[in-house]
Amino acid sequence: MASISLIEREKKKADFRKAITPYLYLVPAFLVMAFITFYPLIYQVIVSFTDFQTKDLLKGLASENLNSVGVKNYVDIFTGGLPVQNFDFFRVLTYNLWWAVTNVAIHVPTGIVIAVLLNTPGLWMKRIYRSLYILPIVVPPLVVATVWRNIFDAQYGAMNQFLTSASMFFGALDPVRIRWLEDFTAPIPWLLPNGPLTLAYYAMMIANFWLGWPFMALVATGALQSIPKDLYEAASIDGASGYQQFRKITVPLLRPAMIPATIYGFTLSFNLFNIVYFMTGGGPARSNEILVTFAYDLVRNLRLFGAAAAFSVIIFFVALTLFLITNRLTRATENIVE
Amino acid sequence: MATYTKPNKSNNPIIRFLNINTSREVGGRELPLWRQIALQILCLVIAAEVMFPIMYIVTLSLSSRETRPSSLELIPQEISLTAFKQVIDRPTANPVTFSELLRNSFLLSVGVGLVSLLIAILAAYAFSRFKFKMRQVLMVLVFVPLLMPAIGLATPLYLMMNSIRIADCGGGAIAISPFATCAVGLGKVMFNLRDSLIGVGIAMVSTALPFAVWNLKGYLDTIPKELEEAAAIDGADANQIFFQIVLPLALPQLAVTFFLGFIGNWQGLPSRGSSSQSPNHTRFR
Repeated sequence: MASISLIEREKKKADFRKAITPYLYLVPAFLVMAFITFYPLIYQVIVSFTDFQTKDLLKGLASENLNSVGVKNYVDIFTGGLPVQNFDFFRVLTYNLWWAVTNVAIHVPTGIVIAVLLNTPGLWMKRIYRSLYILPIVVPPLVVATVWRNIFDAQYGAMNQFLTSASMFFGALDPVRIRWLEDFTAPIPWLLPNGPLTLAYYAMMIANFWLGWPFMALVATGALQSIPKDLYEAASIDGASGYQQFRKITVPLLRPAMIPATIYGFTLSFNLFNIVYFMTGGGPARSNEILVTFAYDLVRNLRLFGAAAAFSVIIFFVALTLFLITNRLTRATENIVE
Repeated sequence: MATYTKPNKSNNPIIRFLNINTSREVGGRELPLWRQIALQILCLVIAAEVMFPIMYIVTLSLSSRETRPSSLELIPQEISLTAFKQVIDRPTANPVTFSELLRNSFLLSVGVGLVSLLIAILAAYAFSRFKFKMRQVLMVLVFVPLLMPAIGLATPLYLMMNSIRIADCGGGAIAISPFATCAVGLGKVMFNLRDSLIGVGIAMVSTALPFAVWNLKGYLDTIPKELEEAAAIDGADANQIFFQIVLPLALPQLAVTFFLGFIGNWQGLPSRGSSSQSPNHTRFR
């Protein structure tokens, strides 16, 4: 008899069911994502090769006025041909990277130092301080940006008043009226050679510093609890001073926990829309804009949907490159620690 | 002798007072009083720096003046609830009340959290436990949307949701586009997906979903496989293992992921909320 027996047929059915089970589990997620993520993604890629404008919004891709302009949008973005003032793609890109790097470089050491400070055995009111220092994370970002903009106001801002009282304490006569958010001149002329950093950059750094170190301190506190105390006792018996203990015990053992936090902080700062947009609106003459605020501007205000789509695709590739690099870094350091 | 402590040599009572060990541990590192006080001052300075903008907000919200104060006020000078009253009665220029805004925010956040959770746990289980051919590729496909800026996806979503409408064609006929449309000139639009809370919720799910999958997959990786193998030996198939063993074990992480999704979407992003025009659908910002 050439036909397959009943047992073999049952086994084939069971094997088939077992093979497609994982795909069945994935169907809901991919169905949803196909509609709300992949479809807009492909749509944007197609739009980036056209000159989509507001008049095409009604019919979308089926609109008659839509022309295909090839790679004109991409070329415009890279060579600065967009009708946007002070837009040089590579200047914005380097500024964005510099912004993210300097932010993280300030937040992480501060967070670690404050976490170690709070971890001192026998410190009074430790829990109160820890709860207090979490507050900046809880405040809504828009409120944070608006409050810090008020603080850096030239006329009534708290920062200028603080500097005024400090300078009068040392004998100055005039009130301090630094125009933080509008001034064009750069205090350090040679920094960032292709686009000097204005005072607004420093103002945003201070505001983001207030917002950023509590998260790093939180992660460091969690990691500090896992360091066994015997190490410190053994080191102090051997005669190590407090600073030596910090450098040789605390820092190496904190590193595996702080590296993912650093990378997360870097990604967050790179895409920090709230502070940049609502505090300075891009700074004097757009010198402080980062990539995502530019994208937002292209869509909302200028309505150049074709160029905005091309811009989003470019940002996507920049983010992909950063993601791959950071992935490689974390895997490399994990191997070293283990 | 367990540890070696330096003898307190000074005869001066002030110095001896300042060197009292305030560390409550026995045999650990000691914390003399002067160092404790120095650390306390440092902590208070840091607390002042943290609280400074927050006190600014609190003072401003409790004062009854209409314009920005000209001097720096950190301690509330008067406690007047006019600002709070105004927020609760009429928060924005639109005719919505505070409770409606609260209800909208709450419904959206809870709904988006739950939906993304339910879909993500299935996908996370597949990625974590099964070995199938396209696993790496599909995993990258799921995490890649996180890299696209939200603004980039806003316009097509807007257009797509705009095309899903329910219109009343008069005479009792109801047309649900894009499958059917009324004749030209007829049709009063009853429901436009772009203009509703459901539309905003769908847009919010698009970022909540990859994050939830990533979170849950990481946690499911830590659940030991021996439990599932024991169940398989006893004759459970894959579905039973998932629903009766893995799902209950993963409940804590489900709660955490729901909470994170809720908090993340509670504050709202400008790109998401702007697709809905109707004032009844505004949320907290």
